[in-house]
Amino acid sequence: MDLALKPEHKAFADEVRDFARKNLSPATREKTFSGKHFDRDDHVVWQQALGRQGWLAYTWPKKYGGPGWGVTERFLFENVLAEEGAPRIIPFGVKMVGPVIYTFGNDEQKERFLPGIRSSEVSWCQGYSEPGAGSDLANLRTRAVREGDHYIVNGQKTWTSYAHWGDWIFCLVRTNTEAKAQEGISFLLIDMKTPGVTVRPIIMLDGAHAVNDVFLDNVKVPVANLIGKENEGWTCAKFLLANERLGIAEVPASKRGVGMLRAIATDSLRDDPSMAEKIADVDLQVQALEMSELRALSTMALGGAPGPEVSTLKVRGSEIQQRIAELAMEAVGEYAAPYQPGMLFHDTNETPVGPDHAPPAAPRYFNMRKTSIYGGSTEIQKNIVSKMVLGL
Amino acid sequence: MDLSLSDEQKQLQEQAERFVRDKYAFDARRKIAATERGWLPENWAQFAELGWLGMSFSEEDGGYGGGPIETMIVMEQFGKGLVLEPFLPTVVLGGGMIARSGSKAQKEALLAPMIEGKKQFALAWLERQSRYNLADVSLKATKEGAGWSLSGHKGVVYNAASADHIIVLARTAGSAREPKGLTLFIVDGKAKGLSRRDYPTQDALRASELTFDKVSVGADAVLGKVDEGFAVVEDGVDRAIVALCAEATGCMDAINAATLEYIKTRKQFGVPIGKFQVLQHRMVDCFTNAQEARSMTLMASLKIDDKDPVVRAKAASGAKVQIGKSGKFCGQSAVQMHGGMGVTDELSVSHYFKRLTMIDLMFGNQQHHLTRYSNLAMAA
Repeated sequence: MDLALKPEHKAFADEVRDFARKNLSPATREKTFSGKHFDRDDHVVWQQALGRQGWLAYTWPKKYGGPGWGVTERFLFENVLAEEGAPRIIPFGVKMVGPVIYTFGNDEQKERFLPGIRSSEVSWCQGYSEPGAGSDLANLRTRAVREGDHYIVNGQKTWTSYAHWGDWIFCLVRTNTEAKAQEGISFLLIDMKTPGVTVRPIIMLDGAHAVNDVFLDNVKVPVANLIGKENEGWTCAKFLLANERLGIAEVPASKRGVGMLRAIATDSLRDDPSMAEKIADVDLQVQALEMSELRALSTMALGGAPGPEVSTLKVRGSEIQQRIAELAMEAVGEYAAPYQPGMLFHDTNETPVGPDHAPPAAPRYFNMRKTSIYGGSTEIQKNIVSKMVLGL
Repeated sequence: MDLSLSDEQKQLQEQAERFVRDKYAFDARRKIAATERGWLPENWAQFAELGWLGMSFSEEDGGYGGGPIETMIVMEQFGKGLVLEPFLPTVVLGGGMIARSGSKAQKEALLAPMIEGKKQFALAWLERQSRYNLADVSLKATKEGAGWSLSGHKGVVYNAASADHIIVLARTAGSAREPKGLTLFIVDGKAKGLSRRDYPTQDALRASELTFDKVSVGADAVLGKVDEGFAVVEDGVDRAIVALCAEATGCMDAINAATLEYIKTRKQFGVPIGKFQVLQHRMVDCFTNAQEARSMTLMASLKIDDKDPVVRAKAASGAKVQIGKSGKFCGQSAVQMHGGMGVTDELSVSHYFKRLTMIDLMFGNQQHHLTRYSNLAMAA
């Protein structure tokens, strides 16, 4: 065992850093460090650059066009990109549906869908949650009825991130209403341009638009877009969720967050010496989380699948992200009160009312409350751990 | 000891409840927030008519002889409705400071019309560098003939755009963070040399950055005594804190009620989610937190007229610590238990959460007041 990097890994990290500095637009980078929201182009231009380098699908095996990296390379890649201010890779394509397709899809589906995911030419979104199926995902009602070579899909998906940018949506749909909840579900890929697909924005508490309702009204989907077997979609769903929970802890972003926090807290330290220790406390939590994540990854590298214990990473990861946002707001103090949506969502010449780091502080704190809700709420993750890990 | 409300106080409570019910349905509030002022003159006129603008002032000052309990009663209902009218800056801060420290002429010119609903105020104390330190003032007032000339900057001044008069904390002597040498000036909201940058706040209120460029005022603009403004502003802010705590208890009641209703009706896994013990216990903790908040607010409201400034300061800081803690717990829990719905703009929950968060940051957060309370308690 050794924490130190080998020379070839240092060279790898330099290569990644060099790539980021050459390919990440300064405007996008600036948004990361000023807490602005990214627009579609920020993500797509960057992801396509990674795609051309063969690095976007960095968790994929070589067989499917990934770089076939080990744990150390992945770790370095994620950390260096976070340090350089790269936007997070939108997970729905490369982290979610891609692995489902290469694990459960047929050859034709792999050929058809994987290249567009690897290159980020095609944007994906996730059709899981429904108004009546949040924590109780298996309660989903979106119905797909087979008619010849097609399914006719009716229902509503909700909390669909980036549906307004999405070319395709992967959906959990009910294909058998007779079976037990989990057994009548199928995993279906739907082209967002198909007639009957409607996207309605949901505005979040900070004024941001990232999530949507997606209405499916008699949407005609070819049977060729079914991944795996009909009524066995829950297997894909669970596989995807386990992968989701691993990356969702956002450790590299939190490490960057701790650094940014120390930089902005200097002003407040004069009046609140406890701030330094609060930051130290969250810093240590990040280190514990990072080490736990690395341990989980090295188990996976030996051929294991991510086990139910990754739920603990998701729980802690969200708490940490929330805490960092909370402390950033605390450090700003009363200047967190001015609301300047123009500075968060648009490229304007508006200047901040208070300190430069003030405008995103409160909105970010509000917005980060979602992290203990999405991707399986904290309550659900703890249920998983108590049942699957502790046997309670 | 008697902790029950008098008949008049109960009537006041019912009156305020009725106002919120009639005028502050969630959608109505959204419309009010979107108006140019961010509050409604007709509501303000109704406050005057109902006597709310004068209820906490003595009869000699033209008020109706009530005190902090009346303020608490009304502020609590304002919290339930997330009321946007500038009662806190105008009546509690501005009116209160003028009543306690103003000259006879100032009371006649300002307080009497305020009680009639014809004047509004704002308090400009904060500066970019001051954080929560009331004494960290660098806006300078220099002698100019018989009067004064003010130059410098003030920030996050609530209600400045609507205020007829702005009470400005300025340095007349001493060094940057010294409590001695501060003076309060009552400045006309449209004074020459005063410019504003207006903006909405996270919780849909209105505030401004103010720049003073050689703003001239007469000697009669001084509120209280020259160089001795710190005690006045500290006392004024402590009283505002207690009123704000009452508002927060109202917010907590409302957000808890909304959450309780939601977990009773929202079904997952075939049952209302309120059947799950983990949510039951969290809901109980919300309820307990709101109780503690109410208790500390009541205690502070009963102590805030004490003769001893240390008693007043400890009461205000103690309540503010509790409100910060309880408000955060109830706010975060409500969002969490509402799931995705809790983080949308659509439901009232997120709006209460935002207000509770901003209340914590106003006039010093939980940490600031814990330190202040601790220092006062250790010194005793």
